[in-house]
Amino acid sequence: MEQFEPDRPSPAQLAAMRRSLRNGRAAMTRRSLLRASAGGALAVGGLGALSACGIPAAGKSQGGEAADDLSAKEKTVSFSNWTEYMDVDDSGKHHPTLEAFTKRTGVKVKYTEDINDNNEFFGKIKPQLAAGQATGRDIIVLTDWLAGRLIRLGWVQKLDPSNLPHAFANLSQQFRNPDWDPGRAYSYPWQGISTVIAYNKKALDGVEVKSVSDMLDNPRLKGRVGFLTEMRDTIGMTLLDMDKRPEKFTDDDYDAVVARLQKAVDKGQIRRFTGNDYTSDLTSGDFAACIAWAGDVVQLKADSPDIDFLIPDSGYMTSSDNMLIPNKARHKTNAERLIDYYFEPRAAAELAAYINYVCPVDGVKEELAKIDEDAANNPLILPDQAMQAKSHAFRSLSSKEETAYEEKFAKLTGA
Amino acid sequence: MATLTEAPPPLSPTAPAKTPPRRRGRLVPYWLLLPGILWLLVFFALPMIYQASTSVQTGSLEEGYEVTWHFATYWDALSEYYPQFLRSVLYAGSATVLCLILGYPLAYLIAFRAGRWRNLIMILVIAPFFTSFLIRTLAWKTILADGGPVVGALNTLHVLDVTSWLGMTSGDRVLATPLAVVCGLTYNFLPFMILPLYSSLERIDGRLHEAAGDLYAKPITTFRKVTFPLSMPGVVSGTLLTFIPAAGDYVNADLLGSADTRMVGNVIQTQFLRILDYPTAAALSFILMAAILVMVTVYIRKSGTEDLV
Repeated sequence: MEQFEPDRPSPAQLAAMRRSLRNGRAAMTRRSLLRASAGGALAVGGLGALSACGIPAAGKSQGGEAADDLSAKEKTVSFSNWTEYMDVDDSGKHHPTLEAFTKRTGVKVKYTEDINDNNEFFGKIKPQLAAGQATGRDIIVLTDWLAGRLIRLGWVQKLDPSNLPHAFANLSQQFRNPDWDPGRAYSYPWQGISTVIAYNKKALDGVEVKSVSDMLDNPRLKGRVGFLTEMRDTIGMTLLDMDKRPEKFTDDDYDAVVARLQKAVDKGQIRRFTGNDYTSDLTSGDFAACIAWAGDVVQLKADSPDIDFLIPDSGYMTSSDNMLIPNKARHKTNAERLIDYYFEPRAAAELAAYINYVCPVDGVKEELAKIDEDAANNPLILPDQAMQAKSHAFRSLSSKEETAYEEKFAKLTGA
Repeated sequence: MATLTEAPPPLSPTAPAKTPPRRRGRLVPYWLLLPGILWLLVFFALPMIYQASTSVQTGSLEEGYEVTWHFATYWDALSEYYPQFLRSVLYAGSATVLCLILGYPLAYLIAFRAGRWRNLIMILVIAPFFTSFLIRTLAWKTILADGGPVVGALNTLHVLDVTSWLGMTSGDRVLATPLAVVCGLTYNFLPFMILPLYSSLERIDGRLHEAAGDLYAKPITTFRKVTFPLSMPGVVSGTLLTFIPAAGDYVNADLLGSADTRMVGNVIQTQFLRILDYPTAAALSFILMAAILVMVTVYIRKSGTEDLV
């Protein structure tokens, strides 16, 4: 009789195990064994590779900041900008101000409209800049909070004031001393952006909107107001509405604003948070009122008589898009000359007449009046004293604050 | 694919062993595999390793990220964002079912009844691909606009009252509701359902239908016992091709939805681009991948189709 041995499988069990090794899908052939061990090796190698690929600290970018400046030898400069942010002639192929610059200086401008979104563009250039490599761009245009982040990370080059006489002299007071780049050592503004309340008269159907509070509280606007996914604009406008100052607010203020907006999201008052696509919601009437960028609204207004905007009594937000020279750019001097060129009143006026954003250059009014009288008197393009007094800027955030605030804001917008 | 049925019969053990092919010939398959393997290695395996590494790192942009084997990120991500995960599965699942309901009759028609219209209908099915995904989705915003004829008609017919009651819409609108997101997903992935369905229906031998008729099967029985089982590979691959990309989609939820319809793809995008929390974004991606893998495995086992398509 067979003795029962607890530690040892019975012959029947052994046979079954042998069978299972030989047949069926789990058959343990020589090949599958090889495969398994290769898999094991891969896994071990993979673990090694896993721990090997950390991401180096961004601030301590390898290599120097500047590359050899080839400006004198290569008469070019490559300029990355946002879409529809430059004057275009009727054929749509030429940029008159850029061509005038080339004619005068002999420097050819490689102009690319490859910036659509600050966050996406940051994702695009981050790998090169973090690794201390060239991005192939001499000038990039970024909104102030991202410009501030790049300065903080040490990814952009200090500008040489001797190449920027016009810029230094003509920069308007409003843009001179942002807290993220005091005295404009690294950046100069391309255009200013005002954030206002836009509305569609037909969709409002007689409902009166005068403030962010009206947008958040009026039950007749339920599901028909929009806010921006740009945290600083949405939060900034609501901060102002709650009598807080976006230049100087605390964590508690921030939480209070988020709570107020969250209530509006929960009861379905806010239809959605949008990027640039709010323009289609506004023209179709799906948004009766929304937070909007004034430059867009000036253009929308020209196309549709129903669209208009207002500036709340509590004030409005102003931000700016700024020209920066990234590390390792090869044509730094040419880039500085181009920046300086756009601070000459004539070039600035031509640009302002075409794109309806806030012009950051002083002394443009006369030149602009020669091209377009209305634009010269439009406070959205050349802000007067009263406008400037109502304008507010969002304070710069430390990276810790930025992460915490963005996270809270993301929760508010659904993710 | 069905080409399997044409495979040569297995050699009987008594058949004389063939002379082994020459060495050079034996390497040919590997050379043929090489470009694909290299491609997968560079564009799939390496990014996966990189992502796996990212998911267990800690740090910040300023201080850099280091691998600290911080697996808690996975748990935190899951407990924080499980509603979005569930929503993704729900929306993608609904879109898949809708695609099947809409796509099966159409594929059936193209395969058996379209006659000389077959090519034209096929082109119409594929035609939307000629324009960009984004533009097609944006077009839906115009079509479903609050004051538009579609929403007007749905309101008059009181359809929106029903969907409101079901929690799929809110108020008198379709846009910025779950219904709009599911419709967008359905629309965008419908061709991925129709094409595999068509290719497996089209291969069914017409004589089988005749045989079923000869055996006094009613048309509905023929469909239930003959056509549908034979089209199962198409159903399975169609549902997979619809469900998997739909579960990870974020464009539809972004453009057609609102704050309470965000899917896991939106969360990953936000974490990666806005909050710059790369570990959480990577962990979320892996959780999504694992969840889909498990669901797909269970589904394939249940549906009894081992060979896809």
